[in-house]
Amino acid sequence: MAVVEIRNLTKVFKAGTPGAVNNINLETKEGEFLVLLGPSGSGKTTLLRMIAGLETPTSGEIRIGGGVVNNLTPRERGIAMVFQSYALYPHLSVRENIVFPLKAQKVPKAQHQQKVDWAAGLLGIEKLLDRKPRQLSGGERQRVALARAIVREPRVFLLDEPLSNLDAKLRASAREELEQFHSRIRTTTIYVTHDQVEAMAMGDRIVVLHQGEVRQIGSPKEVYDDPADTFVATFLGAPPMNLLEFSDVIVGFRPESFLPIDLLGASGTAKFRYKVNYVEYLGAERLLYGAIEGGRFESKEIVSRLSWTMTATYDPGSVHEFAVTESDLRFFDRHSQKRTHPRPFPWQ
Amino acid sequence: MAVDDRKVGVFMFLPAVAYIVLLIGAPLVLAVLYAFSDARIGSVGFHFVGLENFRSILQSPSFRAALRNSVVFTVSSQIIVIVASSILSIVLEAPFRGRKFVRFLILLPWVAPISLGAIGWKWILDSIYSVITWVLVWAHIFKPYSAPMWLGEPGLAMASVVLVHSWRLIPFSTVILLAGRTSIPKEVPEAASIDGAGFWRTEFLINVPMMAPIISVAVLFGTIFTFTDMIVVYILTAGGPFDSTQVLPSLAFATGIQGSDLAAGAAISLFLVPVLIVIAYFMLRVAYRAEVA
Repeated sequence: MAVVEIRNLTKVFKAGTPGAVNNINLETKEGEFLVLLGPSGSGKTTLLRMIAGLETPTSGEIRIGGGVVNNLTPRERGIAMVFQSYALYPHLSVRENIVFPLKAQKVPKAQHQQKVDWAAGLLGIEKLLDRKPRQLSGGERQRVALARAIVREPRVFLLDEPLSNLDAKLRASAREELEQFHSRIRTTTIYVTHDQVEAMAMGDRIVVLHQGEVRQIGSPKEVYDDPADTFVATFLGAPPMNLLEFSDVIVGFRPESFLPIDLLGASGTAKFRYKVNYVEYLGAERLLYGAIEGGRFESKEIVSRLSWTMTATYDPGSVHEFAVTESDLRFFDRHSQKRTHPRPFPWQ
Repeated sequence: MAVDDRKVGVFMFLPAVAYIVLLIGAPLVLAVLYAFSDARIGSVGFHFVGLENFRSILQSPSFRAALRNSVVFTVSSQIIVIVASSILSIVLEAPFRGRKFVRFLILLPWVAPISLGAIGWKWILDSIYSVITWVLVWAHIFKPYSAPMWLGEPGLAMASVVLVHSWRLIPFSTVILLAGRTSIPKEVPEAASIDGAGFWRTEFLINVPMMAPIISVAVLFGTIFTFTDMIVVYILTAGGPFDSTQVLPSLAFATGIQGSDLAAGAAISLFLVPVLIVIAYFMLRVAYRAEVA
C-alpha cells in the first residue's frame, strides 16, 4: 500500500493547445478509495494514465510511496490497472491471464498456483480458469481483469471506468462487489468515472475535474452539500442544482430543498409562486418541472424533487406556493463562479 | 422489382467466371494435357505418352537441383521477409517525424516494376561494375583481382537471388503486418506493460500470437509469390551458374519455351501444383477462422 502524490502535473498533447491536464495537485490517503470524476474531456483518464506511466507528463511530479516515479516504466511503479475494455489477453485462458503478471515479474513458479487460487477465490472465478476471455460475460471479464490486477499485490490500484461496459443491473451489483473487494484488500485505489452515482457510492473522497483542472476535492457529502463552484453544483446531482442569477450573485438550491411552503413552515425564506409544467413519477420520488410565476424571476425554470411521502397532487398547469429553507441556500460569485458567503438576495 | 434476381446474379458473375476459365482454367488443362504428351513447339497432333515425361524429368539432375533450389529459395527468403517486415512494422507503427514519408519509401520496391528493380540489382551485383565490390575494394577488404563474383559463384549467386527477392517482398509483407499490428487494441500491450512485461515478452507472448492469423496470411502469400516466381532468377542469373540458382518455374520456362520441349516444361510446372494446393488449403482455413472469430 502506498500514497500517491501529484504535484503541479500538466499534460499538453500538442503545443499551443489547451492542456488535457493543467497544474493538478492532489494526494491520496493510505488505503483510500479516491474517485476522479468529470465529464468526458475533463482529463481524468489522462491523469490516470500518467500515474500508470502510459503517458509522459509535460511538467510536474508524480510520487508513489514517497519516491518520484516520473522516469519509471509502468512495470517499475508497482501499480495495477483495470482498463475500461478490460484488455484481457484474448489468446490466453483465464488462468494464463492471471499468471501473466507473475511470470513477467519473475515470481518463483512454485508460488503461481497458490496466488492464482487466492485471486480467483477472492473474485469467485475458480470455475472459469480454463476458459478463454471470449467465452465470458461482461461481468466475468471484469472479475478476471480484477484478479489479474490483484494477483501480484500492487501498491496502488488504478481503475479506468471498469463498470461502463456492463448493463445497468449488473453495474449496480458489480459496484457493490468492488466496494466489498476494496474493503477487504484495502489497497489505495484511484478510480476514474464520469458517473456521479458511482462516484458518490464508492468514493472515500471525490476529485471533481473539469477542463483539466481540479474543481473540488472532498467526501461525497462535501462535494454534494458544499460545492466549491457552479460547475460542481450542476455536475453533481440529477437533476442538477437550481441556480438563480442577480447582479453579481448566483444563488443555488437543490431540487429536494425546493418544497411546498406548508412543509417548511416558518423556516421557508425564499418564497415563490411555482407553476408546475409536467411531472415525472419515479416511484420513490416525483420530479416536478415548472417555472416561477411573477416577480423578478418570472418564468425561470426550476425543478423540485418530492419524496414519495408527500401525497398531495400537483397537476400540470396548477400553481402552488413553494419555498427554500435558508440553510439550504448556496451562494456563488457571478464572475468567478466560486462559492461565496451568504448575501442578501432580492427574491421577488 | 420484376427483374429476375437469379438472372441478374448470373450475369453479374459471368465476367469473373470467364476470366478464371479463359486465363487460368484453360492453360491449366492444356498444361496437364501437354504433360502426358510429346508436344513440342510447332508440332501438330497429340500423342499420348503416359508418364514418360515425368519419368525422364525425375532422372534429370537439372530438375532435382531446381526442386532443391526452389525449396531453399522459398524458405530462406520467407524467413528473411518475415523477420525484416516484423521489425519494420514495429518501427513504422511508433509515431515519429516523417513517418508517412518513410512508409512511402518502404513501399517503393513493391510498386516499382520488378524488371526495373531487378535490372538495377543486376548492375549493383555486376562482375565488373558492382558498386558493392567497389566499396569493399576501396575499404581494402578485398583486393581488386580477388573480389567476390556476386552472381558468378554458386553460393553467392543463390544468396544474391534470395536477398533481391526478399527486398522485393518485404514491403508487401510489412504492409500486411502493419495492418495486423494496428488492429490490436492499444490497451492490450499497455496492460502487458503494466503487468510487468518488457519489450520482448510483450512482442512474443502478446502481439505475435494476437497477429498469428495475419502473419500466416503474409507467409502464405509470400510463399506463393516466391515458389511460382522466376523474374528475379531469370534476370539476375538465368538459373546459372551451373543451375545453382535454377528454380522450378525458370527450369520449366527454359525447357518448355526456350528449349521448345513443351511436354517436359508442362510436366515440370505441374510439380508446383501439390505444393500450391496445400498452401491454398491453409489459406482457406485461415480465412474461415477469421470469419468465425
